[in-house]
Amino acid sequence: MSDTGDLRELYQEVIFDHNRHPRNFGRLADANRVAEGHNPLCGDNVTVYLKLEGGRVADVKFEGQGCAISTASASLMSEAVKGRPVEEVEKLFRSFHAMIVDDNVAPEDLGKLEVLSGVKEFPVRVKCATLPWHTLHNALLGKHEAATTE
Amino acid sequence: MSAIHDEVRHLQAPALDVETVRADFPILAQTVRGKPLAYLDNAATTQKPLAVIEAERRYYLEYNSNIHRGVHLLSQKATDAYEAAREKVRRFLNARHAEEIVFVRGTTEAINLVAQSWGRSQLKPGDEIVLSLLEHHSNIVPWQLLGQQTGTVLKVAPINDAGELMFEEFLRLLGPRTRLVAVAHVSNALGTVNPARAIVEAAHERGVPVLLDGAQAAAHGPVDVQALDCDFYALSGHKLYAPTGIGVLYGKRELLEAMPPWQGGGDMIRTVSFDKTEYNVLPHKFEAGTPNIAGTIGLGAALDYVAGIGLEAIAAHEAELLRHATEEARRIPGMRLVGTARDKAAILSFVLEGIHPHDVGTILDSEGVAIRAGHHCAMPVMTRFGIPGTARASFAVYNTHAEVDALMAAIRKAQKFFGR
Repeated sequence: MSDTGDLRELYQEVIFDHNRHPRNFGRLADANRVAEGHNPLCGDNVTVYLKLEGGRVADVKFEGQGCAISTASASLMSEAVKGRPVEEVEKLFRSFHAMIVDDNVAPEDLGKLEVLSGVKEFPVRVKCATLPWHTLHNALLGKHEAATTE
Repeated sequence: MSAIHDEVRHLQAPALDVETVRADFPILAQTVRGKPLAYLDNAATTQKPLAVIEAERRYYLEYNSNIHRGVHLLSQKATDAYEAAREKVRRFLNARHAEEIVFVRGTTEAINLVAQSWGRSQLKPGDEIVLSLLEHHSNIVPWQLLGQQTGTVLKVAPINDAGELMFEEFLRLLGPRTRLVAVAHVSNALGTVNPARAIVEAAHERGVPVLLDGAQAAAHGPVDVQALDCDFYALSGHKLYAPTGIGVLYGKRELLEAMPPWQGGGDMIRTVSFDKTEYNVLPHKFEAGTPNIAGTIGLGAALDYVAGIGLEAIAAHEAELLRHATEEARRIPGMRLVGTARDKAAILSFVLEGIHPHDVGTILDSEGVAIRAGHHCAMPVMTRFGIPGTARASFAVYNTHAEVDALMAAIRKAQKFFGR
């Protein structure tokens, strides 16, 4: 396999961009749901703030420390879920997870999130991409214990 | 390395022919992702020489048998080989007696043994155990568990910006309630060599025993437990060219004798009835159940291998690799070394400006360079430096200048890739 090619598949320009300039980064003052996520493998952590209104994600922000993959994934996620109904967000989470983890799933239209599909070829990095989503999921469920990738 | 290591380093160490050494490690001669493998993750685990692989293979092919019980020939051979390995460890550590060598799964189990056997039987609520901030989680968590069971308290000696133990602060922590000092001989995250002899001396002046976590030290320079005068020394075989799942607890005989067993089972008993069990003598009292016989024999073979090259020669070779790597690292803008102790083992922990260590690890891997990225099971150290983790290259006997150069080239590539 072509190595630099794979590396380029993993680190696409969009990922660099979101890593350098994460969208919706910071604390959300009027959040009504908050969850923390932690990757014990590398020590990365992320906090996801949600403002739910009428069954929709009215606003979302995140903060924390992570690698380029996890930061970009959190940033892209925040853009993808903002304004969406909670059921759609949960469905998006499942599709995203399937894209990255499951070989046999036909790719759904995940829009911009598809730039993270290259992570599939780097099994040790899968958790970097999914941590923000697991954390978001916990926030939606109103869980208070930290999400982990284990 | 430590004072003892230092003296040795200044002796004329015989030169080491690294190509000859590499021929003993067939795993190194491979390409990874199309590039020659540069295995620089030796602080995590070292590769195994043919002599070790062969020793295990021969045991299973020729005399696999349980030890200490059988009357048949194979069992006698297995027992002899197992006990011969104990004698090799004794010689390696320069322990006074072979029964001071207890075989365990690794450093982690050795420390847990001391915590659960010595700690639980000796310590009372409010008693203090002094650690350093440099400790691996395996020299933190067993003492926290003990604390939950007995009410003992941890005191943590700080480190300076270079990653060195602040000795005066350490001394101040030694108080009337101090019952044990448990510190790393060499830090796995930063490579700092702790002044083990001075630590032991200071603790002993106050009647406090010392456990040294030697996981990162034992492969990189001679260790003499009598010269160190430490009370316990823990090490892992797999960081010393031996198989995984075998390690050593050295303990002074008087201490081990006074300690209760921590696991019950076969081999650790003399007689058993339902009313009363009499325990076996040292070291068998601490080796319940069928041990890792093949691994122990493999460890013996690894010690023979290391002795054949000479720890002085290994230490000199690694010191030269570290010198070269440190010099090269300082030429790379945006690369910062974490851990710059004056006395340092062959570990290069670093961060690259604007690039997370995890990303560094992935990009280096694509260049065939195997390193570790993360907190290295030493989260307090990372917190001390205000970073989530580091990238860590760690060297062993078979590493070369060319591999250090490959590391630096890959780092430059990562910086370019990330537009730094």
